[in-house]
Amino acid sequence: MTEVTLLEEVVADTPHGDRLRGCMQCGSCGGSCPNGAEMDHTPRALFAMLFAGQRDEVLSSNTMWQCVSCYSCTTRCPREIPITDLMYTLKRMAVGAGVARHSDAIALARVFTNMVERYGRSFEFGIATRYLLLHHPVAALKNAGLGLKMYGHGRMSLRPTRIESLDELHAIVDEARTIEFAERNPGGVTW
Amino acid sequence: MVRYAFYPGCSLDVSAVAYDESVKAVCAKLGVDLVPIADWNCCGATEYWGHDALIAQALIARNLARIDPELEQVTAPCAACYLNLAKVDRMMREVPAAAERVNRALAAGGLHYEPGRVRVRHLIDVLYEDVGRERLTEASTGSLDGLRVAPYYGCQVVRPFCDNDDSEQPVRMDEVLTWLGAEVVEYPVKSQCCGGHMSQISENEAFELIRRLLDCAHRSGAEVIACMCPMCQLNLDAYQGRVNHHFGTGYHLPVLFFTQVVGVALGIEHDVLGIGREIVPAREALRAHGATVVAAAEGGRDVP
Repeated sequence: MTEVTLLEEVVADTPHGDRLRGCMQCGSCGGSCPNGAEMDHTPRALFAMLFAGQRDEVLSSNTMWQCVSCYSCTTRCPREIPITDLMYTLKRMAVGAGVARHSDAIALARVFTNMVERYGRSFEFGIATRYLLLHHPVAALKNAGLGLKMYGHGRMSLRPTRIESLDELHAIVDEARTIEFAERNPGGVTW
Repeated sequence: MVRYAFYPGCSLDVSAVAYDESVKAVCAKLGVDLVPIADWNCCGATEYWGHDALIAQALIARNLARIDPELEQVTAPCAACYLNLAKVDRMMREVPAAAERVNRALAAGGLHYEPGRVRVRHLIDVLYEDVGRERLTEASTGSLDGLRVAPYYGCQVVRPFCDNDDSEQPVRMDEVLTWLGAEVVEYPVKSQCCGGHMSQISENEAFELIRRLLDCAHRSGAEVIACMCPMCQLNLDAYQGRVNHHFGTGYHLPVLFFTQVVGVALGIEHDVLGIGREIVPAREALRAHGATVVAAAEGGRDVP
């Protein structure tokens, strides 16, 4: 049995991901990117590495963590490759492989998704305090004045809002998790 | 009159409450009937997609599934919410296997969404197409009086699911504001990115993206920036002071939601539109064009 390549995994885990195979290395993506200067590799270069089978180098690149979800590359790509979605897929795979580069982005996503699963809604004050105090105590101080101004302008709530049918939402989230686990472990692997 | 399912999203509850207030006031004035989705949940923003794909899709689809079956269209003012609703609906239409997975998850909560059942639209399209030029022009009180506005669309309203405006140089907000008496200035960076969540995770990178947008608006002679995304408004308005500090600049550009500018044109009181909630105050620019006179005449509580 041949080993599944990272390219195959990424394609399989992204809607319309198969279009990636049509990448012609034109570089429109990197040229469109507002944050390309901060990336280890432009998306074009990252895809070249992906085609070359450089699994570790791709997953430990900072490229996907610098993506700002502006969809410029996706919109401009002449081969209609869903580049933004591929960046999301690579983030998930990098976290799964334990080699993700941007700890702050991961921390923010964890705090945010926790809040959403707990309340059904985002809770900006809770996210800001928990994320900043735990990960950026200095920035928390710098942003404290800003937080006070937001509060003063009626733009910050100290209490979360909960949706009414949290049970329904939790059932959906749990089922989604079960489906994904079963797909990843077709043999019924147990922990 | 068409009724629209309304998805406000979390930001409109709190940090972008001025967007919520102005959307509701403007729509009420124009006879646009918004029906909030019952017990809607967070769309997951951009964060969920990089965290867990199927949960991201299912959370968004739960909102689509909860839309009143009598309604055929849903509108969202928040750029990220609009994008997410449009993205999942389109994904479910184009990739049946993905739709099947999402509906398996929804079924655990007793819900189902038939791909394509509702048409997802950003509010700017409802104003541009459905209300239209004639009715907007008629409803204008002339109180914008040539206010110079930089139209800032940001990313996610015009990319990649917008098929009725240009994704690089969109014009729909320009036109709506022009019909209402604003002087829309040339703003070539109108669809460039503000950095989104970068202000939370990599400040210096975000500050540079924000600086470019402020600088272009300043040089174009704009008195205010009109935007259509809570994240854009937060980055350009709330972080403007810190950007000035970081670069030693002195930008002073009020950033309003486009619906607030529309509301001023319609003669709605400033307080009702949430004007005054912005960190960089807009009242001075509006007053310079006599907009407060109209509001005061109608009983507005304008703060001097």
